[in-house]
Amino acid sequence: MTVQSQVVGDDLLLHDLEEEAHHDDGSMTTLGFWIYLMSDCILFSAIFATFAVLHNNTAGGPDAKSLFSLPYAAVETGCLLLSSLTYGMAMLAMQRDAKAQVVRWLGVTLLLGAGFMTLEIHEFMDLIAQGAGPDRSAFLSSFFTLVGTHGLHVLSGMVWMVVLITHVLRRGLTPENRTRLMCLSLFWHFLDIVWIGVFTLVYLSGVAA
Amino acid sequence: MMGKLTLSAIPYNIPIVMGAVAGMIIAAVTVLGLVTYFRLWGYLWKNWLTSVDHKKIGVMYIILALVMLLRGFADALMMRSQQALASNGGAGYLPPEHFDQVFTAHGVIMIFFMAMPFIVGLMNFVVPLQLGARDVAFPYINNMAFWLTVVGALLINISLAIGNFARTGWLAYPPLSELHYSPGVGVDYYLWALQIAGVGTLMGGVNFITTILKMRAPGMTMMKMPIFCWTALCANILIVASFPILTATLGMLALDRYLGMHFFTNSGGGNPMMYINLIWTWGHPEVYILILPCFGVFSEVIATFSRKPLFGYKSMVYATACITVLAFVVWLHHFFTMGSGANVNAFFGIATMVIAIPTGAKIFNWLFTMFRGQVEFSVPVLWTIGFMVTFTIGGMTGVLMAVPPADFVLHNSLFLIAHFHNVIIGGVVFGCMAGMNYWFPKAFGFKLDERLGKASFWCWIVGFYIAFMPLYALGMMGMTRRMDRVDNPVWHVYLIVAAGGALIIAAGIGLQILQIVYSIWKRVELRDLTGDPWNARTLEWATSSPPADYNFARTPDGSSIDAYWEAKRKGTAHPNPAASYRPIHMPSNTGTGIIVSGFAMAMGFALVWHIWWLAVASFAAIPVLIINHSFNENRSFYVPGDVVARTEAAASR
Amino acid sequence: MDGSTPHGHGGHDAAHAESGGHISLQAYMIGFTLSVILTAAAFGLVMAGVMPASTAIPVAFALGAVQMAVHVVCFLHLTPGSAKSWNGVAFLFTVVVVAILVGGSLWVMYNLNYNMMPGA
Repeated sequence: MTVQSQVVGDDLLLHDLEEEAHHDDGSMTTLGFWIYLMSDCILFSAIFATFAVLHNNTAGGPDAKSLFSLPYAAVETGCLLLSSLTYGMAMLAMQRDAKAQVVRWLGVTLLLGAGFMTLEIHEFMDLIAQGAGPDRSAFLSSFFTLVGTHGLHVLSGMVWMVVLITHVLRRGLTPENRTRLMCLSLFWHFLDIVWIGVFTLVYLSGVAA
Repeated sequence: MMGKLTLSAIPYNIPIVMGAVAGMIIAAVTVLGLVTYFRLWGYLWKNWLTSVDHKKIGVMYIILALVMLLRGFADALMMRSQQALASNGGAGYLPPEHFDQVFTAHGVIMIFFMAMPFIVGLMNFVVPLQLGARDVAFPYINNMAFWLTVVGALLINISLAIGNFARTGWLAYPPLSELHYSPGVGVDYYLWALQIAGVGTLMGGVNFITTILKMRAPGMTMMKMPIFCWTALCANILIVASFPILTATLGMLALDRYLGMHFFTNSGGGNPMMYINLIWTWGHPEVYILILPCFGVFSEVIATFSRKPLFGYKSMVYATACITVLAFVVWLHHFFTMGSGANVNAFFGIATMVIAIPTGAKIFNWLFTMFRGQVEFSVPVLWTIGFMVTFTIGGMTGVLMAVPPADFVLHNSLFLIAHFHNVIIGGVVFGCMAGMNYWFPKAFGFKLDERLGKASFWCWIVGFYIAFMPLYALGMMGMTRRMDRVDNPVWHVYLIVAAGGALIIAAGIGLQILQIVYSIWKRVELRDLTGDPWNARTLEWATSSPPADYNFARTPDGSSIDAYWEAKRKGTAHPNPAASYRPIHMPSNTGTGIIVSGFAMAMGFALVWHIWWLAVASFAAIPVLIINHSFNENRSFYVPGDVVARTEAAASR
Repeated sequence: MDGSTPHGHGGHDAAHAESGGHISLQAYMIGFTLSVILTAAAFGLVMAGVMPASTAIPVAFALGAVQMAVHVVCFLHLTPGSAKSWNGVAFLFTVVVVAILVGGSLWVMYNLNYNMMPGA
């Protein structure tokens, strides 16, 4: 009994070692963040469903066709698409351990994000000035909420980017910071995918109808 | 400066409310006073409030649930007594606007702040132990999730003293919940309490999925995992997939109320039915979030006390997974009567009936587990058998209402009330009680008193049948829900009987409190030194009771469904305690969770009362604190090997 | 979601390869080029007005769906092979829930309007 349990004990000791090694490898954080992204995806789909149901309820107010400008939406889309590419460049730089380049590409991504946000805020102000604010009709409520929720996500992604730039500048490309950059990468690309849904459902089919 | 908040928000003139508020204040002052008198603040802060230990967080969740059970049950007693008094020409003692708040608060509290914390608490305490893990995947987030839930519960209780609560029913259907028809702060309290608590629930869901997928003991493949972990996994998948819908839906209602939008209003092109559609795409999965872990509890209990492996482990897993998916395709059965037409109603009616199949398979699995076992009629087993009988009846009335034409007759009647209490009390409450009696010795190192436990069980089950069977009859006779008074004298006697049943349940709750107090008093006699008082099967029993902070001195082997049972059979359950130990890597406690939640509380309160400066300031403080925490580098520490050795030696003394 | 694949600690490797594994410039360039083409095609289609709305809208949706798939594969690095990892399983489950939620809501609400608001 004693001998046997000693052997088992040693065996378990090995498992213990294995567990320690696994503890901080970042894969847990990335999986957890991925699961959060899935839940965010469902949050957006609820708002998309609402927009789809309410988009004809203009209550005598302006409709999509009279409000939206496709070239404008195309420029916004361009900003986001480019920012996905530049974030990818930051990730590639991280793979090469090029800290300065990581920070530089993150900076470019941040600028593109800011460009997108400026365009979006300008569009919102413009609509409100025309009397087509979110309280005008169910269609406009769901438009402002859908696009605004996406915008808030972009904004929080930008805040996060500033924080990560600080982290990287302070402590370099530590394993922890790499995991964080990876998570923000998923977040940023995810927002791009949501935007594809937005410009297809809101702008393109709104104007085409 | 203070928004809409003035001294007139305190309902001085309503003696019942002021009595309740006085009671709450006295209780709070007593607790705080005792903590101060015994100088426990430092201990509480260091060892409990800021703890990232899943066991302590689990215990705190269950304490929250028990406290809120008392509040929710007080509401239930008020409703039963009001209807009994006001059904034979009397006026009762609750005016309609107060009665409406009572039934809303009862539903919200029982689902969100009693059942949910109880289930999450059980999962918190048990899942990492059953997996053979040291803690959950994200301990700091676990702590924050708990405190956000507490904030929700506190906001609802504050609404009793300052302002009022929603008068809309527990799901706050528009257009009634819109600003036009509910201009007060009640619905706002409802919205922010649920939004803040909901964020906590979602965090917990992400945390537990990751924990279960990534932190299982060596050898524990998915199909070797204890069944409670499987049900917890599925419940958390449902949380992550459905709570965002609730957040979005309540968010849109809040936008209607705060920014004058038109999602669910009658005017401006809004569509109230969209709210009902969306809220039930969350609401139906929610009931499975509550019941699935309870199925897990019953499975563990019945296998342990029948001294047999669970019958049909695989079919149990598949049935659970099946229910997880089906949970998303039945939501419309909550509003068959809204007029979607025959195709839609037929689809959702049939989908609803299909759910009875995996559930029925589970009932047979439990019965076959007991068959030819040496069943010991302990307190958890009594709750389990009570569940099997009661839940089957509730399930059958559910299938009855899944038939759309029958639902047109029974919709919003007391038959529905009887049905869902039949499955929620018979399933969720009984499951929580079984779980509490079963795992209490693991958490505290002594058992709960058997005699008082059995007495409490009999009061609960007898009280339940007397309280709810008359409601089935009343529903058939046409009595609808949420009525503060009725003028049909025939119904009077049924309501009197139902009120009597509620009093018997009250006795059951009283006996439960007595059971806990008495067991603490007699803890030396009830002490369990083995760590395995029930001769159980899964890994949580392989360590001492209560377990050390790090759960297991050595990571256990999980390569069998009943891993601990297998180890006991082979004689390998308790490796030589004299051997040396490796240092153990543990997360450090942090106060960020509770401080962030404090600001969330200030934000919620400020939003309810339109105190904009406070709302903005506390909202801004939250990301600042979280970002600040991300710069904290001392997030974990090592327990040295000799400390582990000393702890283990003390535990096995 | 039955978890029939015996994951255990083995699950680490698959997920790890996908989250912290090698990312290539090639994948990003292909992804970016495709998404620019698809976006331009969708915008061009509607702006030029070459088709009636009843055709243009479904085509725009199809282009959008393809573009989403491109982004998922090239930017989120989720490939058909990752169906065995937990990321892949979670993604597939989410797609199913989103389809039920959006499709179901539209079906239910359309039916309701059709039955309850004739002429609206």
